[in-house]
Amino acid sequence: MRKTTYIQVINEALGEEMRRDENVFVMGEDVGRYGGLFRVTRNLFDEFGPKRVIDTPISEQGFFGMALGAASVGMRPILELMYMDFSLVAADQIFNQIAKYHYMTGGLVNIPLVIRGQQGAGKRYGSQHSQSVDSLYAHFPGIKVVAPATPYDAKGLLKSAIRDDNPVVFLEHKMLYFTRGEAPPADEEYTIPIGKADVKREGSDLTIATFSYCVLQALEAAEELSEKHGIEVEVVDLRSVEPLDIDTVLASVAKTGHLLAVHESYANSGIGAEIVAQAYEIAPHLLKSPARRLGMAPVSIPVSKPLEEEILPWKGQMVATVLEMMG
Amino acid sequence: MTKKSSTASADDTPRSQAKLSDIPANGVVSTTTDLLSSQVEIAFDVPALPAETLAEMYRQALLIRQVEEFLLKAAEEGKIGGAMHTAIGHEANAVGAAAALNPDDYLTCTYRGHHHGLAHGMDVGRAIAEVLGRADGFAGGKGGSMHFVAPEHGMMGSNGIVGAQVPHAAGLALASQIRDEGRVAITFFGDGAIFQGVMHETFNMASKWKLPVIFYCENNRYSEMTPTWRTSSVGEFYQFARAYGMESVQIDGNDAEVVHAAVTQAAERARAGEGPTFIEGITYRLAGHMAGDLETYRSAEEIEEQRSHDPVLVLRNRLLERGSSEEEIAKIDAAVEKSVAEAIAFAEASPWPDPAMAYTDVYRT
Ligand SMILES: Cc1ncc(C[n+]2csc(CCOP(=O)(O)OP(=O)(O)O)c2C)c(N)n1
Ligand SMILES: [Mg+2]
Repeated sequence: MRKTTYIQVINEALGEEMRRDENVFVMGEDVGRYGGLFRVTRNLFDEFGPKRVIDTPISEQGFFGMALGAASVGMRPILELMYMDFSLVAADQIFNQIAKYHYMTGGLVNIPLVIRGQQGAGKRYGSQHSQSVDSLYAHFPGIKVVAPATPYDAKGLLKSAIRDDNPVVFLEHKMLYFTRGEAPPADEEYTIPIGKADVKREGSDLTIATFSYCVLQALEAAEELSEKHGIEVEVVDLRSVEPLDIDTVLASVAKTGHLLAVHESYANSGIGAEIVAQAYEIAPHLLKSPARRLGMAPVSIPVSKPLEEEILPWKGQMVATVLEMMG
Repeated sequence: MTKKSSTASADDTPRSQAKLSDIPANGVVSTTTDLLSSQVEIAFDVPALPAETLAEMYRQALLIRQVEEFLLKAAEEGKIGGAMHTAIGHEANAVGAAAALNPDDYLTCTYRGHHHGLAHGMDVGRAIAEVLGRADGFAGGKGGSMHFVAPEHGMMGSNGIVGAQVPHAAGLALASQIRDEGRVAITFFGDGAIFQGVMHETFNMASKWKLPVIFYCENNRYSEMTPTWRTSSVGEFYQFARAYGMESVQIDGNDAEVVHAAVTQAAERARAGEGPTFIEGITYRLAGHMAGDLETYRSAEEIEEQRSHDPVLVLRNRLLERGSSEEEIAKIDAAVEKSVAEAIAFAEASPWPDPAMAYTDVYRT
């Protein structure tokens, strides 16, 4: 194992998969010669050339549609978005086309492509550069949604996403890019299956089910709750939002009896509501207190530091909510 | 003082737009070459096709017509749910293009796409079964009329969202270019589709990257119930391509031989690495936009006038001009009638799908 960054392992996963399978190619804005706005695709252009690392014009609908066409005959495009907010410009191609193609064609055509980029708040980018789109994408059948929190998970899951025969939305987080974590050396082959959660901290009193950057915030909240209040939180990192590993969540709740679902996308009609609903539908007897969800408040995301901090469902809100629940 | 208003409704005079009757004998109105050239007339060869090719195109066009007439009637009688857009009057665009392309070339098209699927070799019985929502439909009834697909024939899908299939074809062309396969992709869209932003994004990328793709506009002059001149700032649609440095040509889309020639040339250019071509085929839908269209937006005289350019008739007359006999044509007619009747019988006898099939094919497993 070595210590490395989230950005580094994504770059490695892309390169390793492009070396392994010549159908894999990258498309996006500034991804080629420049190496990506966040340098995630650096060096790929030099190694693979302009046919496989394609600098596109700012035409998200157009190149997303082109990726569908190429994927329909077995290519494996990876589409980079600088900010996941921009994916909404390509909404028709994602929701009406990419997600539905396999079904509409009765399974005759499948679309193996990856849409990846960073989302999330915390850096004061405001309403159109800070949203989390996980719940939105998870609402639609036909696309898988993955949002890893650590470098180890990010590399293994990106490889699985690229090899998957379905469209996968791979969500990075701007607060995670420069975080460091353990990972096997570059070129050491491993994958992590899509749809499998991972318990990142064991605890006996309450389960927080979350994903992406909120995992790191939940781990900090858990430390504080343990130190100051003697509450031991179990942190279940979902890693994938669709398919959702509800079994691992419920196995944890069987132990703790209390469930809080947390994410940075909006709380209303969000993944947290889905997790809580599934818990009540499948195993209401496990819940010793009402299961709750915590997500972004229903406002557009403001720029000013105190305003943004006010609405983020991070450590402060998690601690407060857990204390309320454990009252 | 009164101010002159310049609202959209004030502009109520039809702008010049090519009609089939304006198209000269060679079937080609004009072609443009590059970004800065003014519109120039270029000699455009329309070679006479061999008798067998003409006869095969006629057979396909007639078959498409008869299938469409059956489907339209069935929809109007309420036997088929959903929207039914037929290609009655558009047949030459499909059969001319299909005959000009290789079997492994790619195609995408619109909800008005039965003619393309059938011209590209889709099984007729399974196609009709699909529209009827039966188990033997090629997609088991999940796609229906607007989502024809036949990957084994390079037919990668028709689409219910106006314009969405156009980048798909460019992506198929990109795959061919990356893999260096020499395959060409053709995409069909309507005159109304030109005004979707995604079209222009795709034109730009395809031209910049010299993708082996053919953009084929089936200009029937109506976007649903609105004549396109009412919403377009540009008179002739093939001119849009000029802004993207693309070759473009306006042709008689009701003459399969002309369509064949234009698509052949475009495919040659594409395979030679010279990039995309925009073809504007002037055509006319002889039926409504879809089953149940009240057609209050056009006159009976207009439709009658267009019947003299009926693409099936054009092909039939061409065969006679080139020496085929009435008996030879009657033989084709009889064979088509028989195969369409058999296909309909097959489709109508096909069972409904098992309801459990509603849950399959969400993900490839
Ligand atoms: C994005 C979108 N907007 C509107 C529609 C509804 N619609 C279906 S066909 C059509 C007209 C398209 O006209 P044109 O492109 O000329 O094709 P035609 O039907 O004449 O073949 C419209 C508006 C749609 N299917 N998709
Ligand atoms: Mg039209």
